[in-house]
Amino acid sequence: MSIVGEHTSACDEEHHALVDPGSSRSPSGSWGVRLGSGLIVLGLLALLAAIEGQQEGRVVLGLVGFGAIACGAAGTFVAVWSQRFAASNNHGVFFRSAQSQGIVAWALAVGMTGFYVILYWFPERLERMTHLLDPVATLLAGRAADHWFLYGFVYTIAVLVFGLRMLVKHRGNPYQLWRTASLMAFQLGFAFLLPHLMELARQPEFYFTYFWPLKWSYVFPSGVSELRGHPGGLGVFLLVWSAVASLVATPVLTYYFGKRWYCSWVCGCGGLAETLGDPLRHLSSKSSTAWRIERVSIYAVLGFIVLTTALVWTHASGHAPWLGGAGRRLSDWYGFFIGSVFSGVVGVGFYPLLGSRVWCRFGCPMAAVMGLQQRLWSRFRITTNGGQCISCGNCSTYCEMGIDVRAYAQKGENIVRASCVGCGVCSAVCPRGVLNLENGRTHGDRMVGHQGPWTRLLAEPPFKSTDAERPQHRKRHS
Amino acid sequence: MRGGRATHAVIVGNGIAGYTAALRLRHMQPEWRITMVSGESTFPFSRPALMYVFLGHMRYQDTKPYEDRVWRDVRIDLVRAWVEEIDVGGRRLSVGQHKIMEYDRLLLALGSKPNKFGWPGQDLDGVQGFYSLADLDRMTRTLRRTRRAVIVGGGLIGIELAEMLHSRGIPVTLLVRESSYWNNILPKEESEMVTALIRAAGFDLRLQTELKEVVDDGHGQASAVVTSTGERIECEFVGLTAGVSPNIELAKRCGLPVGRGVLVDRSLQTRDASVWAAGDCAEIVGEAGQRGLVQQVWYTGRMQGDVAAAGMAGSPRAYDPGVWFNSAKFLDLEYQVYGSVNLSVPGERSSYWERQDGRASLRLVHKDAALIGVNAMGLRLRHEVCERWIREAAPVHHVIENLSEANFDPEFFRRREPEIARALEGQLA
Ligand SMILES: Cc1cc2nc3c(=O)[nH]c(=O)nc-3n(C[C@H](O)[C@H](O)[C@H](O)COP(=O)(O)OP(=O)(O)OC[C@H]3O[C@@H](n4cnc5c(N)ncnc54)[C@H](O)[C@@H]3O)c2cc1C
Ligand code: SF4
Ligand code: SF4
Repeated sequence: MSIVGEHTSACDEEHHALVDPGSSRSPSGSWGVRLGSGLIVLGLLALLAAIEGQQEGRVVLGLVGFGAIACGAAGTFVAVWSQRFAASNNHGVFFRSAQSQGIVAWALAVGMTGFYVILYWFPERLERMTHLLDPVATLLAGRAADHWFLYGFVYTIAVLVFGLRMLVKHRGNPYQLWRTASLMAFQLGFAFLLPHLMELARQPEFYFTYFWPLKWSYVFPSGVSELRGHPGGLGVFLLVWSAVASLVATPVLTYYFGKRWYCSWVCGCGGLAETLGDPLRHLSSKSSTAWRIERVSIYAVLGFIVLTTALVWTHASGHAPWLGGAGRRLSDWYGFFIGSVFSGVVGVGFYPLLGSRVWCRFGCPMAAVMGLQQRLWSRFRITTNGGQCISCGNCSTYCEMGIDVRAYAQKGENIVRASCVGCGVCSAVCPRGVLNLENGRTHGDRMVGHQGPWTRLLAEPPFKSTDAERPQHRKRHS
Repeated sequence: MRGGRATHAVIVGNGIAGYTAALRLRHMQPEWRITMVSGESTFPFSRPALMYVFLGHMRYQDTKPYEDRVWRDVRIDLVRAWVEEIDVGGRRLSVGQHKIMEYDRLLLALGSKPNKFGWPGQDLDGVQGFYSLADLDRMTRTLRRTRRAVIVGGGLIGIELAEMLHSRGIPVTLLVRESSYWNNILPKEESEMVTALIRAAGFDLRLQTELKEVVDDGHGQASAVVTSTGERIECEFVGLTAGVSPNIELAKRCGLPVGRGVLVDRSLQTRDASVWAAGDCAEIVGEAGQRGLVQQVWYTGRMQGDVAAAGMAGSPRAYDPGVWFNSAKFLDLEYQVYGSVNLSVPGERSSYWERQDGRASLRLVHKDAALIGVNAMGLRLRHEVCERWIREAAPVHHVIENLSEANFDPEFFRRREPEIARALEGQLA
């Protein structure tokens, strides 16, 4: 008699054809979409002509090109998304090449990564495009445009246009509307207009919404002395602002609202992830391996920047001449590996392959600090509605931070995770209304689940083999 | 235990009932050998999520409640095969074509089958229910040549199927026997709300219309249906969603007593001392003269899997489903129910509020001024609060005054408790 029942290996995956998007005939050819895409194409042509051309009016042509692309994209989004109801928001996501790591996604990733490489290391290649923005730069900052101006301009347009897409897509969900509007306003106002207007007023180009450890240079001796040396009281005010923002406001707000107050309402990186990155949010890996990597890498980056900051200050104090240029070298490395390669090239360039929050999840030191606090000492938690979860997996799939939300929901547990940026999308996509982002009345009860009679039922048995074997262990050793 | 080997528990069916039982059993019996056999898939997946795979919201692997490695970690052997025969006396079963497996304890968690009521043409190519991965496969194939689809039977799966077809641009006609959508379960106003929603979504809904026959195109494929009104509707796909019935064939074949489902006592044990049954397929025998209890939703499958595991592990418990609850979604409209709603309890009354746009409502069902049921459309309510109110028979006045305690809508959503309370209170007098 043969006994079956050997361990099945994980690679013994059932292969189901299951879906055949080929038979999809979803209506997408409305006149709004056609008009919008037409504008985008015309805009691209105009931009190309302006970059390559020599004629008089190339600057005007370029600006018209930028405008047409933005308006065309905005129009297309409105036309597409206003036709959909919320439950159909994610129709076909995994059938589209661009959204499911297909060939289009790879092409996009190569293009975006290439853009960052050129921007950081070969900016002269962008010169002709950059100068198309001279009139805008003169208007805002009183100077000619440089490649960073171009970057800020394109970035802000992306946040606004894709932000509009979010607004139409989530029109029935006030939480999504408010936080998207907030991200758009902070990007436009505080991360783009204000710093340039300050330049125009001959003040330091200062970003009010970035502080240490995300914006490390403000607390480096060079940054501090530059601000302090600025004539008029503004420089000192900005210094105080930075200090209060990182040392007082951040912990207080994180206590009351979790890290979302920053990551999903204010931050520019978050702003891009939640707008441009929204169509790609489901690509984040949900595996426990990814979680393990995340915990190592994000705190490693935090350690890196803390060490660097400490070294440059020690060096500047003049008490440790033996340090030599170590601090400077470390801060150069940090700028290259973390500031440029990680947050830019990989963080944004790899959106189409790894999802929208790679930097926020694996790298951002600000997220690391707030995450620790959120996990240990914050009123924020996502609560689970009793036994209503049907384990469908929508929440986990659309969590951009790769949190396996379902693992908690199906046990009836609150979700209290360092990495959760409180985007609220898990709650929005759950078809059974199971998840709710809440600020409790105290931080003490954040880990507690509901107290209904099904609590015992939902509390799952332990999963790790070590846990399952523990009783045996105890027997052997006692 | 045989011949000094570890006790071997075999679970047939890896749905919510089967896999809950397997995990719970592992917890209670760390040393046992546990095998879970299922013909549909190796790894458990979430059945209610099938539609999202079709819609492209998720891939199949995203519907698995646990990472694959979990099953290896907890040492639960997964076997993908159909169980053909069970030798109850000899405690062994045949798996697949030739293999024999011995067991000490056996759980049948076989799920359900879509109903077919003997319609002429019900077995033609292109006619199917929507229950399993195989159904999804079959449907995908049929849709390649489908210009129009007909769905027979209302209910939750009917509307899911309609939404799925609609997403591929296929026009859908729904044949529903009732006079208003799902009004055998939903109260009148809510049923009318759903009916209006379905029509607004552009589905061709035919009420008080039944299927008479499916027409063969001459090659064994469906080409049209004929309805009870004599109308003929050309279609290549016919979805049968007129409910499901417990899957009892296997139990019947091996001589276990069956009624509507596999008959079990309150601890979910069958008449054979080494066999249990749980989930959709089980029928819990009632007191003499009472109808047996068949429950076919997700959470009852989970609770039953848990109780069956306790029995198998040697510490039997009586199954107590507690206060009934369920939830679903009709297109964009979320629906939650707690306790007794629309069950015609003698002496029941209900207070009802509906939002002006007809896209949200709340109903409190009460008897002798105590709450017995809640039905919500387009609102999210807190399970634990509704459950407690009903379990403790909370006075309906108290409930109305404390509605905000039960509010589970996301932040920034407009709170309407005062308006709702006024409307409900007004109907109490
Ligand atoms: C499309 C759809 C949507 C649903 N949505 C919801 C919802 O939103 N909420 C809700 O509460 N409920 C929902 N349900 C109902 C819910 O899914 C079921 O109640 C639940 O899945 C039943 O679980 P189970 O473990 O009893 O059986 P199943 O999930 O049916 O699992 C039984 C398994 O046993 C296998 N099997 C049967 N016979 C054999 C054999 N002889 N050998 C080997 N394997 C065998 C079957 O192939 C199947 O895989 C839905 C059902 C469907 C079909
Ligand atoms: S858990 Fe939910 S709120 Fe938190 S990051 Fe993930 S999707 Fe956003
Ligand atoms: S919480 Fe909601 S989205 Fe997540 S698995 Fe459960 S039912 Fe699905």
